[in-house]
Amino acid sequence: SWRFFFLSFRKIYTILKNSLLIIQTKSKKTLARPNVKNIVLVEGVRTPFLLSGTTYSDLMPHDLARAALQGLLHRTAIPKDVVDYIIYGTVIQEVKTSNVAREAALGAGFSDKIPSHTVTMACISSNQAMTSAVGLIAAGQCDAVVAGGVEFMSDVPIRHSRKMRKTMLSLNKAKTLGQRLSLLGSIRLAHLSPELPAVAEFSTSETMGHSADRLAAAFGVSRVEQDEFALRSHSLAKKAQDAGLLQDVISFKVPGRDIVSQDNGIRPSSMEQMAKLKPAFIKPHGTVTAANSSFLTDGASAVLIMSEEKALAMGYKPKAYLRDFVYVSQDPKDQLLLGPTYGTPKVLERAGLTMSDIDVFEFHEAFAGQIMANLKAMDSDWFAQTYMGRKSKVGTPPMDKFNLWGGSLSLGHPFGATGCRLVTTVAHRLQKEGGQYGLVAACAAGGQVSDTHVQHSLVVPAMIAFCTYAKHLYEL
Amino acid sequence: LLTKDRLRIGELCCQICLVTACCLLCPYLAGTHVNYEVKGDVAVVRINDPNSKVNTLSIQMQKELTDVMNEVWSNNAVQSAVLISTKPGCFIAGADINMIEGCKTAEEVTQLSQEGQNIFEKIEKSPKPIVAAINGSCLGAGLEFVIACQYRIATKSKKTVLGTPEVMLGLLPGAGGTQRLPKMVGLPSAFDMMLTGRNIRADKAKKMGLVHQLVDTLGPGLKSPEERTIEYLEEIAIECARGIVNKKIPLSKEKGMMQKLQDYIMSFEMVRNQIYKTVHGKVMKQSKGLYPAPLKIIECVKAGIEQGPIPGYLAESQNFGQLAKTTESHALIGLYHGQVTCKKNRFGAPQKEVKTLAILGAGLMGAGIAQVTVDKGVHTILKDTTVSGLARGEQQVFKGFNDKTKKRNITSFERDSILSNLTGQLDYSGFEKADMVIEAVFEDINIKHKVLKEIEAVIPPHCIFASNTSALPIKEIAAASKRPDKVIGMHYFSPVDKMQLLEIITTEQTSKDTTASAVAVGLKQGKVIIVVGDGPGFYTTRCLAPMLAEAVRVLQEGVDPKKLDALTTGFGFPVGAATLADEVGLDVAAHVAEDLGKAFGSRFGGGNVEVLKTMVDMGFKGRKSGKGCYVYQPGLKVRDVNPDIEEILEKYKMTPNPAVSSDSDVQYRLVSRFVNEAVLCLQEGILSSPVEGDIGAVFGLGFPPCLGGPFRFVDAFGADKLVEKMRRYEEVYGNQFTPCQLLLDHANDSSKKFHK
Repeated sequence: SWRFFFLSFRKIYTILKNSLLIIQTKSKKTLARPNVKNIVLVEGVRTPFLLSGTTYSDLMPHDLARAALQGLLHRTAIPKDVVDYIIYGTVIQEVKTSNVAREAALGAGFSDKIPSHTVTMACISSNQAMTSAVGLIAAGQCDAVVAGGVEFMSDVPIRHSRKMRKTMLSLNKAKTLGQRLSLLGSIRLAHLSPELPAVAEFSTSETMGHSADRLAAAFGVSRVEQDEFALRSHSLAKKAQDAGLLQDVISFKVPGRDIVSQDNGIRPSSMEQMAKLKPAFIKPHGTVTAANSSFLTDGASAVLIMSEEKALAMGYKPKAYLRDFVYVSQDPKDQLLLGPTYGTPKVLERAGLTMSDIDVFEFHEAFAGQIMANLKAMDSDWFAQTYMGRKSKVGTPPMDKFNLWGGSLSLGHPFGATGCRLVTTVAHRLQKEGGQYGLVAACAAGGQVSDTHVQHSLVVPAMIAFCTYAKHLYEL
Repeated sequence: LLTKDRLRIGELCCQICLVTACCLLCPYLAGTHVNYEVKGDVAVVRINDPNSKVNTLSIQMQKELTDVMNEVWSNNAVQSAVLISTKPGCFIAGADINMIEGCKTAEEVTQLSQEGQNIFEKIEKSPKPIVAAINGSCLGAGLEFVIACQYRIATKSKKTVLGTPEVMLGLLPGAGGTQRLPKMVGLPSAFDMMLTGRNIRADKAKKMGLVHQLVDTLGPGLKSPEERTIEYLEEIAIECARGIVNKKIPLSKEKGMMQKLQDYIMSFEMVRNQIYKTVHGKVMKQSKGLYPAPLKIIECVKAGIEQGPIPGYLAESQNFGQLAKTTESHALIGLYHGQVTCKKNRFGAPQKEVKTLAILGAGLMGAGIAQVTVDKGVHTILKDTTVSGLARGEQQVFKGFNDKTKKRNITSFERDSILSNLTGQLDYSGFEKADMVIEAVFEDINIKHKVLKEIEAVIPPHCIFASNTSALPIKEIAAASKRPDKVIGMHYFSPVDKMQLLEIITTEQTSKDTTASAVAVGLKQGKVIIVVGDGPGFYTTRCLAPMLAEAVRVLQEGVDPKKLDALTTGFGFPVGAATLADEVGLDVAAHVAEDLGKAFGSRFGGGNVEVLKTMVDMGFKGRKSGKGCYVYQPGLKVRDVNPDIEEILEKYKMTPNPAVSSDSDVQYRLVSRFVNEAVLCLQEGILSSPVEGDIGAVFGLGFPPCLGGPFRFVDAFGADKLVEKMRRYEEVYGNQFTPCQLLLDHANDSSKKFHK
């Protein structure tokens, strides 16, 4: 019957598809797809990432972004009018420069004819900036796009209370002295309490650190495991810094201050020292502390993304192909920080690769507990079957390929800027380590430190993974 | 709460020896309900009743707990203990009610109480600190247990609630609760908890000082969230128990300034006496002295504080015994059992789950139904004919959830995502996906028919049509239907979000699956459900109508509305008859009285329907119109009798017969007509059981809960005595008071009872 025919047709199709896949996997030379443009990362830079409230404290966000853009211009020597578009990611917006991309671009000396816009997607804002750039190039809209991210936690918009704002706005409209006086007279003590930027996830009223602590507990991640991972991050970052591997960092002469040329949050400590700290969020029995969380950071990053054609025509030697990406989102309460677990297998499947094909992993480290929880989730058949609809576990990235030059825990995590750092680092590591494929994963989580009230609010839990292909050196 | 095993001390010691001997051979003692495991130096005592969804302190549970605790105390390797339940969502939900009901005399119950007191005293005086790790409901005896422990940790789960609901069963916390609670949370909070029986959420319990520490619930991990949360709670409780032993965690909390101040004030006898007096006054005002339990609770607390623990505990156990044998407690426990019965679907699972529910009419009822539906994951369509009507209805639903947000029961995000399931509209679009339509349009058979025909043109074949009518027979509504097997009545009570009852009406043609589906929807909405047969006024309205007719006659006989209210509330009705008429709406009352009068004839007479009609004509429709029997002014709680109705009552004045007009006679005239009609409904098969009759009367119409419903009232009061009274009224007023055959049968044979 027709039904049988249909079934058998589907069967044949599946067999064909599988055999094609096999052929593809065997060759493994390139992930280039027919009719899809090759898009490349030409260069990536960042300002040094500094603890908030240190040397950058008197700047504004666009100053940092401008510094990153100028650094990129300097490194690439690209003519200022070749760039077609500029996109920046940021999380906590300075209200005066809400389109920080445009303010920074103008100040950096880019042509005022280049349109620019700002995107926000919590901790993966600059990932969003980069994938938007990829989209613009793939769609044939642009050939060269600058993407970047900036976060400035030394100063955040603290507002008057809603009551006070309402009174002040009415005051603007008041016509007579009497009206004004009566409005002024209505101000009570309660009006004066300020409104800090959201300390909590809007949908659940839960702070990020709290969520991370619960996540760590759900996966049975111990305090020691978290402290060990944090120590690993700091030690590796220190080694990379000392060895001069962090080439993406540019020097920045801070107005009125010295030249800054190094990250200042890298502080390898000892397990004993770390064990002394009290839990920062869940008291008294929590496990997330200031030492095993990423800290509030000021910093900006920028990358130049081009179509391969254009890059080669201009004589660039691109650092990597940007091959594929995927965003996923989950329940914002209990699975907020589990993005990498969900996203990694998806992007691998899209690219026709397996975990063992990847040479370089760069995962965003919001909290040591969050990374450990993700690693445990990826290693669990039960989790994969119960929550991901998979037959078996995702599998964990081998630690000898994982965040070898430190991560957000040690280098710092300027929310909006981290994505570009991850991608640039993958490219540099592939080059240095002679690898072929790299993968980036980040959960959209806010970094925290315990000693401040200013924490970052999160919009959607999401994850982005890039598959970077560095075979170009041989292909070119 | 209590233990029934009556071991003498010697026997107990023997048992301890035996258990200890056993223990040397095997490290774990595993009972069916309680087992324990030693983790390092901490004994983890885990409870789980394998035969029930909830843990109760049954005889078996108590016995095993006592055994395990004795072993914990005698085990030298153990320094401290953690008490935890492995049953998700339930710590200990209370004492086993059957155990109390099983006692024959008050003395037996008193003894149960004393045994419970003894066990918890041992727990309180335990040389090894005991940490109670609470996840899920911790109520009644469960709460009494944990407040005897040295330390309490609770999860923040929504299911974690603490409370002493005994008062709702006409009892008191009888295992030390009345003695320990005031010391722990202070006199005012303790009274509030014990007299209202309300559930307290974990965060509030922490603020009150009822628990020491809170633990977050966990999401997905390497095990199911529930399982892992309990494990996590246990891990923290174990650390905590060690901390107490190492003196790292102090057991006595540094008192705050406010606490010290409150303690100082409470140290004056005069202040305490004033509190007892105020609380006593409040209880008397609310309960009219009809409920003995709250008064006994005050008595026990007072005895403990003013005279010391020995008289306190004695008062508690003796009063507990007495209360357990009161008719009020029997009635309330009966209602509890009835409620459990009416929360089950005796028609089985419906073939198709209702995923889209459409409601016609966004009035008070329609919007109320939407409100209780939309947060149950059901897509809800609310349809009205006018923009203003729809806007009002949608605002009502929004307000319902916004109020919950303000009370922090839900977050604003939860509110928004709940409301995303609600579609307000003026047309029938989307009705092709509806699984059930509930109409709440005006009570007019022609309008109902018109709506039914319009609906049937747009809904899919499987869709059920339910009518939220309070009196129109479903058969008549179904007459216009192409598929009467899918037509059913769903009678909600106003305000829908507060009233627990749903009366489902089936006709002879209604299919079993239709009924099963309606019950399933009602249960989802959180309702207590009675399923009754079709007929004018079904069950609830039919019982209420003769009582209201009698109320009108009482008014005509010169009793003023305030006095009428006082008489009815004095009998135990939560709302007086005159106020009830205003709440229902006098237009509705007149309408119903006329309709049912036509259907049932002179039996439904009494007061003159013209009284109601005249009032309606003058615009007095009750609360909704601002005037009825009373005048309602927004913002004013005190209300006066509507002066304009005096004229009407004067016009229809009747002369009271002094032989049947004493206060008590007026009360029994009102109640006997209600009760007789209820019994007649059972006799005629409108009701399928007395349980449903009692539940419907109490939860839908406010029949005095202390009487347990009309059927339990007849059982307790005596059918013969009731018939005797009715005969007396019958002589004066005629057939309105003629007892029905079933009631007569019961009067003639005192062994016949509605409830076994």
